[in-house]
Amino acid sequence: MRDAMPKWADLVLIPLVSLVLAFALSALVILAIGEDPVAAVRMMVSGALGSTYAWGYTLYYATNFIFTGLAVAVAFQARLFNIGGEGQAMLGGLGVALICLSLPWPHWALALPAAALGAALFGAAWAAIPAWLQATRGSHVVITTIMFNFIAAAVLNYLLVNVMRPIGAMDPATAKFPPGTHLPSLHDLLAPFGIAFSRAAPANITFLIAIAACVLVWLVLWRTRLGYEIRAYGHSEPAAIYAGIRPVRIVMAAMLISGALAGLMAVNNVMGEAERLVLNAVEGAGFIGIAVALMGRSHPFGVFLAALLFGFLYQGGAELALWTDIPREMIVVIQALVILFTGALDNMVRMPLERLFLALRRGRA
Amino acid sequence: MDFATALQILDSTVRLATPLLLACLAGLFSERAGIFDIGLEGKMLASAFFSAAVAAVTGSVWLGLGAGIAASLVMAAIHGAASISFRGNQLISGVAINFLAAGLTVVIAQTWFSQGGRTPSLIGAARFEPITLPLAETLHPVPILGPIYHELISGHTLPVYLAFALVPLSWWVLNRTRFGLRLRAVGENPEALDTAGVSVAATRYAAVAICGVLCGIAGAYLATALQAGFVKDMTAGRGFIALAALIFAKWRPWQAMGATLLFGFLQAIALRYQNIDLGGVVLPVQVMDALPYVLTVVILAGFVGRAIPPRAGGAPYMKER
Repeated sequence: MRDAMPKWADLVLIPLVSLVLAFALSALVILAIGEDPVAAVRMMVSGALGSTYAWGYTLYYATNFIFTGLAVAVAFQARLFNIGGEGQAMLGGLGVALICLSLPWPHWALALPAAALGAALFGAAWAAIPAWLQATRGSHVVITTIMFNFIAAAVLNYLLVNVMRPIGAMDPATAKFPPGTHLPSLHDLLAPFGIAFSRAAPANITFLIAIAACVLVWLVLWRTRLGYEIRAYGHSEPAAIYAGIRPVRIVMAAMLISGALAGLMAVNNVMGEAERLVLNAVEGAGFIGIAVALMGRSHPFGVFLAALLFGFLYQGGAELALWTDIPREMIVVIQALVILFTGALDNMVRMPLERLFLALRRGRA
Repeated sequence: MDFATALQILDSTVRLATPLLLACLAGLFSERAGIFDIGLEGKMLASAFFSAAVAAVTGSVWLGLGAGIAASLVMAAIHGAASISFRGNQLISGVAINFLAAGLTVVIAQTWFSQGGRTPSLIGAARFEPITLPLAETLHPVPILGPIYHELISGHTLPVYLAFALVPLSWWVLNRTRFGLRLRAVGENPEALDTAGVSVAATRYAAVAICGVLCGIAGAYLATALQAGFVKDMTAGRGFIALAALIFAKWRPWQAMGATLLFGFLQAIALRYQNIDLGGVVLPVQVMDALPYVLTVVILAGFVGRAIPPRAGGAPYMKER
């Protein structure tokens, strides 16, 4: 049955059909609440792609989703389901905040690598305990990472309210980061090339780091021994063990890379945008990573495209909420339907298509 | 802490443990049948909204309860179709259901009521009223036992009593009936059940449906008894605490009651005290918030008694051809 379909159908056609189904149902929901889906799409396109300001937001969101999507994808390659991206990204934020506030950074070019390292380390550390428990004690990583999301929320809540809040400040957040840590936005980066990009939009240099992360993840997964072992373990655990691959090492490696990637998201939202650590800074991006990884078929290039799509949906959805009666939560519905169709109901789309391809082949033979 | 305060905290514990207990028993039926369910949260949320919405419009809490159970059953049907018929990933399906409920409830609430994603406040017959058990007033003056009966045992709403009655009932169904035996068998060794000529799919769908009904009651209790109406994300992670309690209880009904009462107690403490002074060491409120999850991880790690899930859990069943 594996070869019932050509590879392109598996990689492109099935996600596309799933996506069309998810969007069709979303359109029905919009119709049902008495709004016009066509007008809604038009407004989303102009609101998310119609100006450099709009692009600035779309790419900003996409940057978050690339990191969390890659995080889920790397774990998926080892057949591990890391739902903990949310908590790992929260801890990444903590790492960024500690580094940005600890030293009087003279220039962002020095602060950025340090902060990125902090974000990755804190994110990986938060994934380490669930990973270790899965690898050595067999505790299901899905449940433990869910629990660690809640524990992370409690930890950050405590730190922001009781420890890191500047004296006299009311809202639970850290102090503003010093100017030496402010990252250049796409406006600053594109200006030397004579390209006018919106100054107000939050997209920043982290977008380029996210693209580099895609390439790096691809290199690690498909061009190194570790990547080969991760993928082999994901395909068949017994075969991998027979080939001398040590499961504990693979589970730890895949989860640590995954946690580090989720943590890196904080460079974008905490250092690049808010320039301080606030409560609930991640805003669900860790969970959107699940949809992004499923849509992108756990491949870095697929994740990149899916993250752009979700960045578009996120920014477009915000515009919809601003100008129409369609609430912002509509994007959560679309996200749920994408997860449902590309993830859980994969076979519902796959089985009829496989039958179709088999019939076509028989007709030709 | 005096006797009256202790009683108030225990009373609050019972109220807060009820939705956890209902959701935990719901998960118990599903997971003992081999269908992992991390969508308890979503099913409760869908039920909370639809029960509050229908109760607000019709003024009848019973119609509200029916609508809540129906909404939860629809979610359960999606989960069942994805995990049983289409042999999809049960965890991913659960995640999708949580988001579907989180999004749809607010979108529909905004369209129907235009109150920023909430329902109107429920009054009178649109809510479950506290039930005063017989002789509660007469016995009140009796020292110790009188107030315990009056405050702690009497004066709760119907779903509370239902939830606690469901504990022995669940135990009996699972351990003393033919259906229960089949349900446990399908979660441990579906091939055996198939060989005996019992439909694996039908048994699992039945378990998922029971899970839907119980989550429906849990959600309706939240919106029409514990609180008076629906607000955005009102389940606030209770589905996951119930999941934690289920692991804590090692998938057994009586232990589920113990675990949910413990977690309910932690919530009651967190609700009442901001920080707890334990003779010099001050416990911040966030410790209470995180404790159920930390305890669950410890249990899962197997350092304090190992929690072993049903053997066929999470795996779709493929009949041999």
